[in-house]
Amino acid sequence: MQDFAQHLINGISLGSIYALIALGYTMVYGILKMINFAHSDVYMVGAFGAYYVARALGIEAQPGIGSLAVLLISSMVVCSVLGLLIERLAYRPLRTAPKLNILITAIGVSLLLEYGGQVVFGADPKVFPEVMKDFVIFSFGNVELKSFDLTVLLVSVIAMMALQFMLYKTKLGKAMRAVSANPSVASLMGINPDKIIAFTFIVGSALAGVGSVLVGMKYPKIDPLMGMMIGMKAFVAAVLGGIGNVRGAVLGALIMGLSEEMVVAYLSSTYRDALAFGILIVILIFKPAGLLGKYTVEKV
Amino acid sequence: MKRLLVSLLLALPLLAGCTKKDNVIMIGEYDSLSGSDATFGLSSNKGVRLAFDEINAAGGIKGKKIELKTMDDQGKNEEAAAATTRLITQNKVVAIIGGVASGRSKAAAPIAQAKGVPFVSPASTNPDVTKVGDYVFRVCFIDPFQGSVMAKFATENLKIKKVAILRDVKNDYSVGLADAFLTDFKNRGGEIVADVSYQAGDIDFKAQLTQIRSKNPEAIYVPGYYTEVGLIAQQARQLGIKAPLMGGDGWDSEKLHEIGKEAINGNYYSNHYTVESTDPAVTEFIKKFKAKYNETPDALAALGYDAAKILAAAMERSVDLSGKAIRDELAKTKDFPGVTGKISLNENRDAVKSAVVIQVDGPNRKYISTVTP
Repeated sequence: MQDFAQHLINGISLGSIYALIALGYTMVYGILKMINFAHSDVYMVGAFGAYYVARALGIEAQPGIGSLAVLLISSMVVCSVLGLLIERLAYRPLRTAPKLNILITAIGVSLLLEYGGQVVFGADPKVFPEVMKDFVIFSFGNVELKSFDLTVLLVSVIAMMALQFMLYKTKLGKAMRAVSANPSVASLMGINPDKIIAFTFIVGSALAGVGSVLVGMKYPKIDPLMGMMIGMKAFVAAVLGGIGNVRGAVLGALIMGLSEEMVVAYLSSTYRDALAFGILIVILIFKPAGLLGKYTVEKV
Repeated sequence: MKRLLVSLLLALPLLAGCTKKDNVIMIGEYDSLSGSDATFGLSSNKGVRLAFDEINAAGGIKGKKIELKTMDDQGKNEEAAAATTRLITQNKVVAIIGGVASGRSKAAAPIAQAKGVPFVSPASTNPDVTKVGDYVFRVCFIDPFQGSVMAKFATENLKIKKVAILRDVKNDYSVGLADAFLTDFKNRGGEIVADVSYQAGDIDFKAQLTQIRSKNPEAIYVPGYYTEVGLIAQQARQLGIKAPLMGGDGWDSEKLHEIGKEAINGNYYSNHYTVESTDPAVTEFIKKFKAKYNETPDALAALGYDAAKILAAAMERSVDLSGKAIRDELAKTKDFPGVTGKISLNENRDAVKSAVVIQVDGPNRKYISTVTP
């Protein structure tokens, strides 16, 4: 029982990181109806951005909330700029091109970042600086809630609440939803879809930046290919929850994190990655729109 | 006319290559210069280069200078095989120094064997590697030996009876060590309380460690690579597991303590050599290595150096530089005074030598004991 509680804590902590990345996939899909495969590599660049900022500022020597904030902000800035650049240079020129072209471009950008990252950052793993001290906040027998787990959860929840607020309580969010519903009608209403799409990329990438710092803090090993698997998992989480649906992404990510943790604990780690893709296949067969997604008929 | 010109231009480098071949000996090497275990390949490559530079400075082999051609296998089996083919067919190398990982050697060695090119692996410890054929050699000990070294160490030095195993199922090396440890530890009267797995590339090991924690082992055997072991150590300590971790030479990297921080301190692993050795061969090697690269050589660098030196010695002894002649001399290697110990190659073309047990202490590695076969 105690072990189960511990697995629960571990799973939620992992799931909330998946959620931050899954949100990026879901937002871009919601507005552009495209899957931005480069998203997980934006996340990787964010981790390296934070790493180099931390080294430049000598943050290693002073772990604490302040350092975490500095790294979060710098990683968000790096990711936003990169997300914006990718949108501007790779996707916008293809806005009117067939969907397949954009998909292939996204895969190309992803590979460029992964292998370009190996050239620029070096292929060997780097060690993320110690951002905060890890200590026990709450313990019950063998079950421990550590400050890392709580921080990851809190930062994720705050980021997601901010996103929710922005989407549903601000004019900008309204415009985003309008573009998502129908870009050409939205533009008739005085909304500039290009600006809204660019903004979507900024927000999605910034969330990936938050995720990258949290992962760096919790699992202090970063390398240029770190986005591959986590990106896949987050993508599956987004599809599971219903791609295009913000709440669905969070739900899907939590399910992913928890089920992964349980599978490793009670079956075998060999099934860990198989599980993610098993879920994807099952959901595509039985509920192709995802758990919270609405089934829409594609107009031909 | 144009076509003629193009073909002439294309032929030029070939011609230049031919004239150059006469006074140099081409030796090929492939290594993981990038990829997730790049520090192994980079270290090994530095050792090899140091050895050949020394030999060239001393006049080369049979009056000819050695030219080393290094290829990057990116940590992938198929790249290692492709690199080996290219080295043999395009660069016409007379011998190949293989990579560090067993899986990649298993992919590359059959090619060298088929073409009759001697193949020396510095650090592939999986037993199957040299079973490929009589042209395949190694200068390191094999996995079962490393596994039983730690089993012996656990029972005799640490005096413990209950151990959990955490192995990387995707990795032949890790599985080999874990199996050997399991058998030997049981034979010594120990009990394996848990045998769970992870996969290289994972970053979260809490589920497995939570499971291990409930079994209260006195030590955990993690025969993986430094990248994951560092994280495993941290997460084990985060879960309040106090039992020491034990591992193999896959731990030996500067990155181990950088990733593992304090959590990795006090843990033990078996290795090929120790920088604390007072053997003049070792101190001399460390001095030269530091002078050239400004860093302390790890075991992979030492093994790369030994592999290159053993190969060069065999080439110097051999009647000509044909693959067969070099192979025959390599097989005769006896009591070679290497940095990683006195090396003799047995009938299976495996090195027979002792291992050391090291304790991690921040960037330092404390020598604990030597275990002989």
